[in-house]
Parts: sequence; structure tokens; C-alpha cells
Amino acid sequence: MRFSTFFYTLKQGIVNIFRNKWYSLASIATISACLLMFGVFYSVVANFQYIVKMAQEGVSVTVFFDEGLSDDRIAEIGDIINARPEVARTNFVSADEAWESFKEDYLGEYADGFGDDNPIADSANYEVYLKDVSKQDDLVNYLEGVDGVREVNHSEITANTLSGMNKLVSYVSLGIIAILLAVSVFLISNTVTIGISVRKEEIGIMKYIGATDFFVRAPFVIEGILIGVLGCVVPLVSIYFIYNKVIDYLSTRFTMLSQLLKFLSVQQIFQILIPVSLAIGIGIGFIGSFSTVRKHIRV
Amino acid sequence: MITLDHVSKTYSTGAPALNDVSLHIDPGEFVFIVGDSGSGKSTLIKLLLRELLPTSGNIEVNGINVVKLKHRQIPMYRRKLGVVFQDFRLLKDRNVYENVAFAQRIVQTPGKEIRRNVPSMLSTVGLAGKYKAKPKQLSGGEQQRVALARALVNNPPILLADEPTGNLDPNNSWEIMKLFEEINETGTTVVVVTHNREIVNAMKKRVIAMNKGVIISDEKEGTYVDEI
Repeated sequence: MRFSTFFYTLKQGIVNIFRNKWYSLASIATISACLLMFGVFYSVVANFQYIVKMAQEGVSVTVFFDEGLSDDRIAEIGDIINARPEVARTNFVSADEAWESFKEDYLGEYADGFGDDNPIADSANYEVYLKDVSKQDDLVNYLEGVDGVREVNHSEITANTLSGMNKLVSYVSLGIIAILLAVSVFLISNTVTIGISVRKEEIGIMKYIGATDFFVRAPFVIEGILIGVLGCVVPLVSIYFIYNKVIDYLSTRFTMLSQLLKFLSVQQIFQILIPVSLAIGIGIGFIGSFSTVRKHIRV
Repeated sequence: MITLDHVSKTYSTGAPALNDVSLHIDPGEFVFIVGDSGSGKSTLIKLLLRELLPTSGNIEVNGINVVKLKHRQIPMYRRKLGVVFQDFRLLKDRNVYENVAFAQRIVQTPGKEIRRNVPSMLSTVGLAGKYKAKPKQLSGGEQQRVALARALVNNPPILLADEPTGNLDPNNSWEIMKLFEEINETGTTVVVVTHNREIVNAMKKRVIAMNKGVIISDEKEGTYVDEI
């Protein structure tokens, strides 16, 4: 392709947007509406998943050792645990640290009566944090069989609840994304149908005077892609400002909530939202324009 | 240059449009194809443009077997044909210059040549001063001149015109026909489908008369033949 043809095609794509400005505006508005719905939904779901993930990361399994087990064997058990794929990290708690923590949590000033004694002298343990709490049962079964391990403490209810919530969020997300996509396709196919009547004559003329399919299609496709990109800008900018406002509002209005829950920053949300929105917007613009032209190109 | 060999065309509705038509047009000829509505003359133009395929028979244009053309080969084939329609078929949102330049852009003519060729072609058809006008700002005759300039700017060896004077008053019709004659004198083969009796009778060119899908007469310096 000649440079002049390339720039002509590019220019025509841009000019087409202004030529059919009502059609362009309708298309941009449709894509913007779909992406705004998607963006809002994604922001909510991403935060929910983040909160569940944070909660999951706080769930640990505690591994206690046989009485009088050597330090070397305890270190070996640590290595065995860390080698497991489902383990995120481990934390060794010595008997003294365990006693100090117990005193602080449950005894307070009454602990003075014990003097220097450590009534839980055999309570050295590993706190084991998992990457995925649904794998907790597998890990516990394995650890109970390790030589030198006396007891493995864990909370099945917490793990099951969090794991169930995670699954529920995933299924609901998939369902809503499917509905949003179906709505988008419906809205966009309607917009494309309007565009067809505008294009039909023009495409026919081009073909009669010997234009190749590529030459006819290229400006329309460029126009579609540009409409897709423009359709991304409005929802992304809106979500950027709305998101910060909502997080600020939640943090100042419900201080208890903000202490318990941590929200994703707008930057973290946009790391995914920008590329996905652009891909959807450009994809819709490309497919919409491509299919519109295809219907009339075989002249 | 143009050969139709026992060509028949029946539409999917079952209506026969052409029935065993054979004809030959030599390079540089000026031919009128005449006939009333439904005689098959527009179908003939559509077959030559490869907008339609014949039900049977063979068509050869510029040494190309039109029937055997693949979809991707059609644009190259059409670039060797200049086409003018009754309804002008101009790009309404582009000005006169852009409408003509568009035909050159399609064949990837360098920008420098486009800037030279388009004004020259516009002055040939008498529209040099109106290059910035949009089609709706022009009269019917002027719009047909733009269509003619667009059809000729790539120097096609054949010019096909489907009822080119159908939407024009007598004066403009004559102006357009004079232009066709001048183009023909430069060696371009001109095929004009028309039912304009006055023009056909006055110009004394080859006349192929059609009725109900068959050729009823073919005369060298012919006149308009009425339905038999």
C-alpha cells in the first residue's frame, strides 16, 4: 500500500466520524453505556474479591510438634511445609513467643502469678498461611501424617465460608458479565443496523468503480476502531472520578468499615479496567464496522 | 473487445431477462443499445459490469472471461470500464474534485498525478470552475458530467452508460452525448443504453435493438427500432 493511500484511508476514517456525526454519536454513546456498566460492575466485584482474598490470607493452620522434638527436626518440618505448593508463607512461633502472646490476649495482669514459668512449654508451632483456603483440608491431612507433628489446628468453617464466597462471587460475576455482553451485542447490533442504510449506497458506488474490498472496508474499520476508543474515554474518566469519590465517602462516613475492610486503589482497578475496556471498545468498533461493510461489499 | 456468446439470464424469481443473446463490439465502436423497459438492456449492462452472472453462455470483455472471474478479481476488471448511470451515483458528501479523485485513489495513483489529472478531466467536461461544489449544488447535467469525468479519469478502454440522459433535459442530454462522441473519437469504445429516440436517430451510430430479452435488430448506422 502506498503511503498516500494509507494516509488517505486514515483521513477518511476520521472524516467519516464527522460526516455521519449522529450515527457516530449514537455508536459512541452505546459503547460508552456498555463499558460504564462493565466498569462499575468490575470495580465492585474486584473490591469484593480483594476483601475476600485479604480475609483468606489471614486464615492460618497451626502445626504443633511432638514433645521434646529437636530443633533440627522442627526446621526440617518447616522446609517440608514450605515446599507444599498451596502454602503462601509460614511463621515460626517459639514456645516463649506463644506464651507471651497468650498472656497478652487472655491473661493480662493475672499472668504475673506464673512468674517465669511457661505452662505451654511445648507449644512452639508453625503458623501456615495458604494461597487458596479451599486447599486447607488437603494440607491438614498431609501435615497430620508428617513425622514429629503432634497436632494441626485449623478452622474448617472459616475456610469453607471464604472458599464458598469466593466461588459465589466468581459465578455471579460470570453471570452478570454474560448478561452485560448480551445487552451490549443487542444495543450495538441496533446501532449497526442504523449505520447500514447510511453506508449501503456509498459502498455500492465504490465497488462499481473498481474499489477492492480492502479499500472500501479500511476507512470504515478505522472509523469503527476510533469510535470504540472514544467510547472508552467517557466511562473510564467517569469511573476514575466516581470511584475515588465513593471510596472517600465510604472511608469518612463509615470509619468502622474502613478499619475492617481495605479497598483497591483506583490505580489497581485501572490496571485491568483500561486494557479490558479498550479491548472491548476496539473489538466492538472493529466487529461492528467490519460486519456492516461485509453485508454490502459483495456487489 | 466485447463478445456475448449465447448469453441467457433468468432471475431467481423465474423471470427471463435475456434469451440466447450473442453480439460482438469492436474496439473504438460507438454502440447504442435501445429498447423499452423490460427489454433486457439494463441486465446486459449489469452482466458486463459483472454485477450479475449469466444463467448460461459466455461473456468476454477486453480479453477477459467475465463469467470465470473470481470475486477478488472483479475490482481489477471494473477499473478497465468507465461507468455512467442514470442516477449519477456520486458520493453526496464529497465535492466534485473528491468524487473524481476517488476513482484515481482506488487505482493508487500518486497524489501528484491526481492533482494534475483531476483538474484536466474536469476542464474536459466543462466543470473546471465548480470543483469545490457538492453534488446537490449542481444541476442534473452537471452531475452527469462529474460522473463522466470520474468514469474517464483512469483512461478506461470501454465506457458503459446506462440511460445517461434519462434524468436530463434535451439540452443537457445533447451536451452529454457530444462529450461521449468526443471520447469515442479518442479511441474509447462507447456503449450507451438508452431509450432516447431523438438522440439515437440523430447520431447515426450502430444501434442494437432489444425486445423481451432478445436482439431484434443490429444496424451499422441505425435508427431507433420500435417493438415488433
